[in-house]
Amino acid sequence: MATVDFAIGIGGEAGQGIATPGDILARIFARRGLNLNAYNAYQSIIRGGHTFLTIRASDGPVRSMGDKIDVLIPLNQDTMDRHLRLLKKGAVVLFESEKIKPGAAADGVQICPLPMKQLTAGNKLGGNTVAIAATLQMLGVEFKAMEDALARIFKRKGDAVIAENVGIARAGYDYAAANFKAFPFKAPNLGKGNAVLTGNMAIAMGGIAAGVKFYAAYPMSPSTGVLMYMASHSRQLGIMVRQVEDEIGVMNMVIGAAHTGCRAMCATSGGGFALMTEAVGMAGMLETPVVCVDVQRAGPATGVPTKTEQGDLWQALGAGQGDYPRIIVAPTDQLDAFKCIPELFNLCDKYQCPGLVLSDLLISEGTASVDPKELNFKPKIDRGEIIFPNTNGNGDSANPFGGANDNAYLRYKLTESGISPRAVPGTPGHIHVAASDEHDEDGTLISDEFTNPTKRREMVEKRARKMETVLSHIAPPKLVGPESAAVTLIGWGSTEGVIREAVEKLAAEEGIVANQLAIKWIVPFHADEITRILSRSKKVIVVENNYSGQFARYLRSETGFAAHGHIRKYDGEPFMPHHIVNAVKEQLGGKSKLSVPHHEIHV
Amino acid sequence: MSIAVEPAPAAASGVLDKDTYKGKIHPDWCPGCGDFSVLAALQAALFELGLKPHQVVVVSGIGCSSNLPGFINTYGMHTLHGRALAVGNGVKLANHELKVICTGGDGDGFGIGGNHFTHSMRRNVDLTYIVMDNQIYGLTTGQTSPTSRKGMKTKSTPDGNLENPINPIPQAIVGGATYVARGFSGKQKHLVELFKGAIMHRGFSFVDVFSPCVTYNKDNTYQFFNPRVKILEEQGHDTTNFAKAMEKGYQWGEEIPIGLFWKRDDLPALEDLDPVLAEGGPLAFRELGISDAQSKALISELL
Repeated sequence: MATVDFAIGIGGEAGQGIATPGDILARIFARRGLNLNAYNAYQSIIRGGHTFLTIRASDGPVRSMGDKIDVLIPLNQDTMDRHLRLLKKGAVVLFESEKIKPGAAADGVQICPLPMKQLTAGNKLGGNTVAIAATLQMLGVEFKAMEDALARIFKRKGDAVIAENVGIARAGYDYAAANFKAFPFKAPNLGKGNAVLTGNMAIAMGGIAAGVKFYAAYPMSPSTGVLMYMASHSRQLGIMVRQVEDEIGVMNMVIGAAHTGCRAMCATSGGGFALMTEAVGMAGMLETPVVCVDVQRAGPATGVPTKTEQGDLWQALGAGQGDYPRIIVAPTDQLDAFKCIPELFNLCDKYQCPGLVLSDLLISEGTASVDPKELNFKPKIDRGEIIFPNTNGNGDSANPFGGANDNAYLRYKLTESGISPRAVPGTPGHIHVAASDEHDEDGTLISDEFTNPTKRREMVEKRARKMETVLSHIAPPKLVGPESAAVTLIGWGSTEGVIREAVEKLAAEEGIVANQLAIKWIVPFHADEITRILSRSKKVIVVENNYSGQFARYLRSETGFAAHGHIRKYDGEPFMPHHIVNAVKEQLGGKSKLSVPHHEIHV
Repeated sequence: MSIAVEPAPAAASGVLDKDTYKGKIHPDWCPGCGDFSVLAALQAALFELGLKPHQVVVVSGIGCSSNLPGFINTYGMHTLHGRALAVGNGVKLANHELKVICTGGDGDGFGIGGNHFTHSMRRNVDLTYIVMDNQIYGLTTGQTSPTSRKGMKTKSTPDGNLENPINPIPQAIVGGATYVARGFSGKQKHLVELFKGAIMHRGFSFVDVFSPCVTYNKDNTYQFFNPRVKILEEQGHDTTNFAKAMEKGYQWGEEIPIGLFWKRDDLPALEDLDPVLAEGGPLAFRELGISDAQSKALISELL
């Protein structure tokens, strides 16, 4: 059980330096072994606007940004005006007293004005340092943690800069000790360090663990973090990273590299994915394993580039014209994203098909702590039936230049499993053409000179047959909580954490017993197991971040099961636990079958 | 999984002859199509260069000419309309020891694939791009193309084309291609030499080939080109002179130059610039994953 659970909110204009104090705090908490979750609400603007970072930490599990703010650090008046009214008893607000005026606050909110000019000795960049140091003091964190963080951040700028900042921090720390009332709890030090990472970093690292040697992308929020991580580690790790002219080029280039034998990957958001989809279909036709990550944002079209949504499910299900096998997975959090990329690569290599990952802004740009032991960079690797120049058994063909001129090797051989051994270019005796036109077993086109309905049928069935066994390789979803619960909350992908917290809150605060079914694998879909679980549930409510209930409709299409209620949010902001709690109460009371929670914080 | 790459013993003993490069399928182009000559010239160039078929990848888009990979005995990819270069870039970077030749038509390369053409040139990847330029959309039965002349009547411009054609030669010279040539199906021997030079050139090489469509283009026929084409190599053209190359590239009318317009060897290919390829052989054959020391370093960044 958690003994402490607190959240700090830092807000201001874009460009006021919110990321750095956020990073300092996150790392200090993680180094103490606390779990954390950070979510940055921001806009598509480089300077100005309103940015609000929430960092929540606890010695228990932290699965969402939570429902409350304990420490508010407004860097401008606008942030004060927007957020002070939401603070509850026991919370504190720390602000530059010369510049910002507090408004009306709830009873029991501690107003903590900081005389910045005096404390920073005129250093205009020192304000954030003062506020962080004061926060840490009130959370019972020893000053040394702050000192170490500053030494790390300003390492390159030299000892004088470190000393000056440590001095400023000391002033803020001491001022808080003398003038403000500390929290009744202390942020504990659990004596083990946690790692801190964003979902985009986790996705990139998952690719690295899977053995990706070729990564291509076109910058697009909120997926760009994957490109930046890959690019900054390219030379160190021997991974080719290319920024390509457009997403059409990205996917086609990735297919070229994958066809040639690399594990190749790309990430984008919905708009970029739309451009890629013809080529995703080509990967299906050529039977080329590629992995593409769609980091969903609020759509359609340009939509809201800096806001989250789960609106691309049907886009992924329908990506590319025609009918072809694909695998789709929606990781449930940052660590899961790291782990599912190698797993997906193994499946794609085995089944020679494209694999799609549905992340979203909440996971990808969200920050989480993980136990470093969980970051296994040596996962199981299974490349399936692939033929390289040294492993092909050249004796297959008497003619090293054969393949196209004889039938010793058939790239698209009709097999019982539907899987045909895949030779990469450069392999003697296995020459073939991989064609996006329909083709015969040897790769010969059956689309133009002589179409052949029998062969066409055989090839369609061969590709489809591959999917018959894939389900057995993926874990079925598990019901969390008692089977006899009054309500089952079902979600997919990134909502797992917030639903879990809502379930806990329902039990703890409302006396309502709920359970949870989190869906991660979309295609293939464990329809039988899901039907079995849901048919025993008293009431099933689907929770998802879109307007039309994309998952609820998919669930119905795959199982025939129609959910009893729906909680949907499509304002660009993620669910907070209380949104779900309130909606469940509303629906259990029979007031509604569809709840659309209101997002109280305007960011 | 460890992938140790050894030379394939069988490959060394294979016998190359002209027939080695013949594909299993006889081309299904219209009788008289210029593309037959381009295919024959490419096969001859590969033979004369002694390139082993399994070490060559021909990547095409979609269109009449893009059927070429099926007619030649090399590794082949018959990709999407306009995407040959993008796929070809990926193939080359994944295994830079392969010879990669992208082929296609003018609509495929300059129309729908125009963006990849532009950026593949400036990227200067070491591959060869052969465009069978017939100034018409053939496979869709005769619509205007990006290289159709102004005023040309086609099925989609029955009253005459109002738009200006692009001229791929100056475009390629300015765009950063480091080997820019034009050939003509009616001059096959010359074409073989242009292809050989292009394939052996280190960097992005581009050969635009007048390859008449005998079915749908009644303007740009063999009869049109034969008296007009003038071989640059017979005129003492200096392929290192930018201004002259541009001037010759724009020349059109009673005399139309063919041959090598522009070549520079002072720019490294992308493969030579990216340190990731400096050692360790083709990316595609390298061992997957990272070392313990590397994974430790990645994790320590997060602490």
